[in-house]
Amino acid sequence: MTYLKSRRFIGAAFTAITILSITRTITGNGDLTSTVTIAQALVFASPIALAGLAGIWAERAGVINIGLEGMMILGTFGAGWAGWQWGVWAGVLAGVAFGAIGGLLLAVAAVTFGVDQIIAGTAINLLALGLTKFLAILLFTDAPGGGQAQSPPIKGDIPTFTLESIVEPLTALHEKGIFFVSDLAGLVAGLFYHLSLLTIITFLLFVMTSYLLWKTAFGLRLRSAGENPWAADSLGVKVVQYKYAAVVFSGMLAGLGGAYLSIASTIYRNGNTAGRGFIGLATMIFGDWRPGGTAAGAIMFGYIDTLRLIDTGNQNVKGLILLGAIILFAIGGIMLRKAKRNSAIGFLVLGSVMIGAYFSATSFPPEVAQVAPYITTLLVLATASQNLRPPAADGVPYRKGDHH
Amino acid sequence: MNLRRIGTSLLAPAIGLFISLAATAVILIVIGASVSTVFSSMWNYGTSPRAMSLMLNLATTYFLSALAVSIGFKMNLFNIGVNGQYVLGALAGAVVASNLTLPTIASLTITLLVAMVVGAAWAGIAAWLKVARGVSEVISTIMLNFIAIGIISYIIVRTSVGTETSLNVRGTKLIPESGMLRGVALLDPGTPIYGFFFISIVIGIAYWFLLNRTRFGFDLRATGKSATAARTSGVQSNRMIIVTMLLSGAVAGLVGLPYLLGETGTYSLQFPTDWGFTGIAIALLGRNNPLGIALGAILWAFLDISSGQLILEGVPREISTIMQGLIVIVVVISYEIVRRNQVKSEQTSVAKALTKQEAKV
Repeated sequence: MTYLKSRRFIGAAFTAITILSITRTITGNGDLTSTVTIAQALVFASPIALAGLAGIWAERAGVINIGLEGMMILGTFGAGWAGWQWGVWAGVLAGVAFGAIGGLLLAVAAVTFGVDQIIAGTAINLLALGLTKFLAILLFTDAPGGGQAQSPPIKGDIPTFTLESIVEPLTALHEKGIFFVSDLAGLVAGLFYHLSLLTIITFLLFVMTSYLLWKTAFGLRLRSAGENPWAADSLGVKVVQYKYAAVVFSGMLAGLGGAYLSIASTIYRNGNTAGRGFIGLATMIFGDWRPGGTAAGAIMFGYIDTLRLIDTGNQNVKGLILLGAIILFAIGGIMLRKAKRNSAIGFLVLGSVMIGAYFSATSFPPEVAQVAPYITTLLVLATASQNLRPPAADGVPYRKGDHH
Repeated sequence: MNLRRIGTSLLAPAIGLFISLAATAVILIVIGASVSTVFSSMWNYGTSPRAMSLMLNLATTYFLSALAVSIGFKMNLFNIGVNGQYVLGALAGAVVASNLTLPTIASLTITLLVAMVVGAAWAGIAAWLKVARGVSEVISTIMLNFIAIGIISYIIVRTSVGTETSLNVRGTKLIPESGMLRGVALLDPGTPIYGFFFISIVIGIAYWFLLNRTRFGFDLRATGKSATAARTSGVQSNRMIIVTMLLSGAVAGLVGLPYLLGETGTYSLQFPTDWGFTGIAIALLGRNNPLGIALGAILWAFLDISSGQLILEGVPREISTIMQGLIVIVVVISYEIVRRNQVKSEQTSVAKALTKQEAKV
């Protein structure tokens, strides 16, 4: 990481913790930055992050992958089926392999036959849904512990790590409620509390992607297939092969995301993905087709989901409202400094509305948190889409020698 | 349209149907089921009067959904948001209709208008985001679908709009019989064909007329074929995007009504929420042509309904979903292959004609 980049990263992290800390102090809700919250947020974020990363691989090579949802579904099924019979690691492998089959199907339709990519992806989603429901009834109905819509439990566990020597003192520090310090302590402790090996693998896959796609000749060629395949072809890049590799790997990542979901809930269940493939796609756009931003988007989804689901005192959603308001004010302030008056006014008005809501209601229904990530994504797209830059030939069917 | 073009446009779906039937047969053999028993069971049950009535009713819903999608397709707009648009439209329609005590015609007119306006408004958000902020409608409509589901769950679970309609199911108050559109028992005395079946035929004709016989339709198709060419010839593309999305959303708003007004009379949390995706698939099969869409909708509904009794043969009914998925993917690929061959044969015939001319000179 260059000096400038790491300075920006530290700056962003510092701002994020400060905002979280302000919110936690005002609401007095320790859950917002507690060890357990952060640890759980990582579990919720990882499958989404993997789907987003899968999207990056396909779209950087110029293939829009709406079929992520279907590939994830295949992954959940593969993990449930193989994991039940041969253990959890077989489940991981089968999830990846099933996802790869979905990716291969998309590559055949979209790359070889040049079918509209969104259409091909939609077809794959349909096919995956039907196939898994069909196979679930056939394979799991009579299996002990299984049912028509779910597999028997997956055998074995993925190892998880807890660094007691870090987690215990930091969690104690978190409970003291000191501004900034305690929140930072909770955040850090959460990273080392019941940390799944699969989460570590997810993290490594992000690092690997950043390196492979942006620092190697392989990555340059792959991205050139998504920016200008005709120019790439004229320089001797085997565009079709790169597209195939990227889309199949995309399927593998989505399949791994699906396997993560099944393993986290210890069974395969119909509908377990619940649109996470699409959410992954959103985080990818949110993150400007780059790993860092995509991960940030996935963590946002995971964090909000966690707070909604562990909401014991019905106060977490309220905390989220205040958090959102403070973030909106902060962005509004930045916009003012950049002399973007109209956007600034928009953000400040929205922020004020949320502050008003925060102080006028005693609690909020969980549905608010349910839709919050989607509204956030829309807001980000609405304000930043002029700055987002998808690969230039994203979604354009490519045929060798067929320049247009 | 000449004979050859009709032939080639039928060729692709025929190939698709054949290949997916063959693939289904392979799957059935693999799981050890008898292919002929399964297919004949589907055919026998599927052609019974009761199943045919159910099929036409379901096809009505699918037809409207596919029509909504294809209005966008014609202009290269991908409205994945039909799901969100129709659930909100159906909920609004259910709320309004359940509070009306008017003659049927008046009540129906108001219900339809409300559903269309709500559907259009929800699609309008995506249109505005695209035109004013440059947000791709693919992603914004996906987000809007999720948001719509959240809104509906909030309204039904936590506001007084929702009541317990049957045991442990919350939904809107029942619509009085004067506000329903039950239909007529044409084929099977116990299973009326929805009144909406006939309304949707009218909508299909209106769609054809609008696209092929009006200035707006011409502009729309022109923009879809080449946005730059259309702009140069004076079409305001932003206005076209907004009008198209609103129209698509308005039709989408109707998708839930055949079922709501013909069957349930209440919008409950058990109301299906994924007919929009079915619409995308059927619009693809039907190539955005109302007649093609109607055929696609009937085929789709036939597979859904006729598989209903397969479990008696020990085969999960989801085999029909697999067939549907296979049909879509194979048909789409064969459309593309047929198109490429067409272009190639046109090119060769032009080249031949040119060399002949040169030889003469």
